[in-house]
Amino acid sequence: MSRETPGYPPIPETRPAHDGRDVITVRGLVKRYGDLEAVRGIDLDVHHGEIFGFLGPNGAGKTTTISVLCTLAEASAGTAIVAGRDVASDADEVRARIGLVFQDPSLDDQLTAYENLMFHARIYGVPRAARRQRIDSCLQTVGLAGRAAAPVKTFSGGMKRRLEVARGILHAPEVLFLDEPTQGLDPQTRARVWDHLREVRARTRTTIFMTTHYMEEAEWCDRIAIIDHGRIVALGTPEELKAQVGGDVVVLSTDDNARATAEVMQRFGVEARKDNGTLRIEVPDGADFVPQVVRSLSVTVKTATVRRPSLDDVFLKLTGRAIRDESADGRAQLRMFARRRGGHR
Amino acid sequence: MSLAAPAGSTPTTPAAPATRPAHARVSLIQAILVIWHRDVIRFSRDRTRLLVSLAQPLLYLLVFGVGLSASLGSGLGLPPGVTYLQYMCPGVMGMAVLFTAMFSAMSVVWDREFGFLREILVAPIKRSAVAVGKALGGATQAMVQGVLLLAFAPVVGVKLSLLGVLELVPLLFVLAFALTSLGVALAARMKSMQAFQSVMTLLVMPMFFLSGALFPLSNLPGWMTVLTWLDPVAYGMAPIRAAVLDGAGVPAAVLDRFTGITLGSYTMPATLDIAVLSAFGAVFLGIAMRALRRRG
Repeated sequence: MSRETPGYPPIPETRPAHDGRDVITVRGLVKRYGDLEAVRGIDLDVHHGEIFGFLGPNGAGKTTTISVLCTLAEASAGTAIVAGRDVASDADEVRARIGLVFQDPSLDDQLTAYENLMFHARIYGVPRAARRQRIDSCLQTVGLAGRAAAPVKTFSGGMKRRLEVARGILHAPEVLFLDEPTQGLDPQTRARVWDHLREVRARTRTTIFMTTHYMEEAEWCDRIAIIDHGRIVALGTPEELKAQVGGDVVVLSTDDNARATAEVMQRFGVEARKDNGTLRIEVPDGADFVPQVVRSLSVTVKTATVRRPSLDDVFLKLTGRAIRDESADGRAQLRMFARRRGGHR
Repeated sequence: MSLAAPAGSTPTTPAAPATRPAHARVSLIQAILVIWHRDVIRFSRDRTRLLVSLAQPLLYLLVFGVGLSASLGSGLGLPPGVTYLQYMCPGVMGMAVLFTAMFSAMSVVWDREFGFLREILVAPIKRSAVAVGKALGGATQAMVQGVLLLAFAPVVGVKLSLLGVLELVPLLFVLAFALTSLGVALAARMKSMQAFQSVMTLLVMPMFFLSGALFPLSNLPGWMTVLTWLDPVAYGMAPIRAAVLDGAGVPAAVLDRFTGITLGSYTMPATLDIAVLSAFGAVFLGIAMRALRRRG
């Protein structure tokens, strides 16, 4: 299966097998902000050494969940064990064992890349003798070896992100958490950040847990959980999830989508979902279906495309909405608002 | 055995052991030093700010001081043998410390705005280390400013004594530390730079005016005397003045009688001043620690 997004290297064929150890175990996690339930009972196991993606639209509860796992917010109910420690009762121990890359930048612009990392190394107790070597090797992992002495204020957004990744792994954490690590980066830069994340995993076997609302990014993860309205609606490898959608996805645009929807249901017995002015239809064999549908509909078909199912299709199928509909619904926006108010800023 | 790495990127280094022990946690002292060190690096890099913040005390000394002593002559109730410029010289040192210390705490607001505070707050260190480190960082900066102003003492006719200077440095530091702690305590609650700056300005000016930097605190009206008791800067100013004017040939006891904080007919000795100032500092630091502990 090849990638659809240009600029991305192919998805690795082999995903790492589970070695029987879970680095994150979540049971019945609930987080309320007043009357709002941002997270409504999540169960989750993240295996050692995997890249685990938490996929969902803005306001679905991703950041809330990651905040609880990183001990930055307290759960209202349920348990979470991270790196063998309970986030509620052993927060300090958890913090010493995890690395964090926040949604918003958190570097000191006035310092150099090296100084930023040295601050981190010292505060996380990396032994003096090992600091310089660790910093060099982490900078190398993210492709910034030549920029150690440059002030961070001269860095581009992508470079800053990579530096934050380097910082996140500097103290050899068991898990690296990344909250929307590539938000706001252009596709090329995003792909580079990903190259380096994979490099991190390959070199150190650090477990990576990330949230994202980019489909392309989720495809890259070993396993993903799709979260919507505070609940996990699907969990598995991208292939497994895509297999839930029938063989092909046919995308039509017609003169009259409403009428076309009714006719497709009537004649073929399949549902056509509205998405952004087009209709998406799951069928076993797209190449066979298109000529039939064009012939039999009473409305004019302007365009017809056949493609393999994407995670977007999975999300649409499970929730009835497209994930990129970021206008979201009122409830999700309200929740985001509550999160900001109740959050830590 | 089948922990297959992604295609084409077989790890060249052996895989890390399954359970990696976290590094030893850093001690409180080490954590404080790391926080402090970063602030010192930032400060030493910002030469412009250093020079600009020296300008204001100099302006007071050379314009306000010269102007006032020209028009008032010796009508300020100063001890014999002390000119107004000499009187004011330690005053502007205290002023430099006050302004620099309080505004240095802006780095807390700044760090919050630019995200670095999160990096600090999620680290596995005690929040109290953050408060102390920040207070030390600002205090170092303020102390350096105060000491730099010593260079101008001879210009206004203050003869410095070695002993005086040696006393002065720790005094400036205690004052700076107490005030930076107050600044950090306030900054930890502030969400924006604008809010921080207006609150600070509102607070710093009366603290400056009531400190005895510009006029002696003896012979003030009763209500104003009460206010001077509440001003931590006043408790730093009297001993600082005594140290600076040590070489001017006026005995400290005489000087104190004219410029120290008065309780009725009693003038507080320098040791008591320092004790009260330290107590202020301890309380402020406690508030700063609490404030940072609450603000995740």
